[in-house]
Amino acid sequence: MTAKVGSIRRVLNGILFKLPGMITCAQFEDFIVAYLDGELTKEELRIFRRHLLVCRDCKRYLADYERAMKCVKDMSDEIKSDLADVPEDLVRAVLAARQK
Amino acid sequence: MDFEVLVRTNVTWILALANVILKDHAKAEDAAQLAFLKIHKGLDQFEGRSSMKTWMYRIVVNEALMIRRKDKSREESLIDAMLPRFDKNGCRFAEETINRETGETILSKKQQQDEVQRLILALPDQYRIVLYLRDIEEMTTAQVATVLDISEANVKVRLHRARAALKKSLGPFLAGGKF
Ligand SMILES: [Zn+2]
Repeated sequence: MTAKVGSIRRVLNGILFKLPGMITCAQFEDFIVAYLDGELTKEELRIFRRHLLVCRDCKRYLADYERAMKCVKDMSDEIKSDLADVPEDLVRAVLAARQK
Repeated sequence: MDFEVLVRTNVTWILALANVILKDHAKAEDAAQLAFLKIHKGLDQFEGRSSMKTWMYRIVVNEALMIRRKDKSREESLIDAMLPRFDKNGCRFAEETINRETGETILSKKQQQDEVQRLILALPDQYRIVLYLRDIEEMTTAQVATVLDISEANVKVRLHRARAALKKSLGPFLAGGKF
């Protein structure tokens, strides 16, 4: 049942996304990096946001995508705050090798 | 700058970067050593066409990749299965819904972070390295393009695929959105 509703929605979206000023999910996908880097032009941004309004699959997708990025960020902040010690053995080896 | 000071201030990030590329601590140390030798030799000729740090990144990446390529046992996983799919009209096939209310895996913060690290290391080389440089080392797209000697457009494509694949493999842990 849900699968059927899903496929009807897909057909309707397929038509909707071809209207002027609209983009498909595949095109939306290509805009994501530029969107998050704040590199979209005003017009591109309008089109991007319009797709988000009508497409809940992309809305959910983008939310999870940003959440995954947040996970990476949290992890890297943690690593960086762990102020790794300078590996003395390696420093010595590098300085010794230079003398050769 | 005194070379010893240079080694001490840069050894930590250089080793971390080599580790991400080689996934092996001993090999990463070899790469770091070779990179420092190159840096030492090149210091006089360093012309400042790029920033000092970008120049060093480039040397480290190249030394590590050289060792990586010799590594016969390396398995290159494919990323295609991890990327989003679209139908012939360009409509998205939703990925399996993550149940946000139930069935959460309760992991400690430490376990979660280990898991994220493990999933990043499982990405194929060309995606893992770009993700590391942009999202963890926080370099710009232009800097990553210079370091890897690829176009900025290529950096963006690889970055996006890396994040998309990571998003998919992180699926179960994104539940509840509090991870
Ligand atoms: Zn969509």
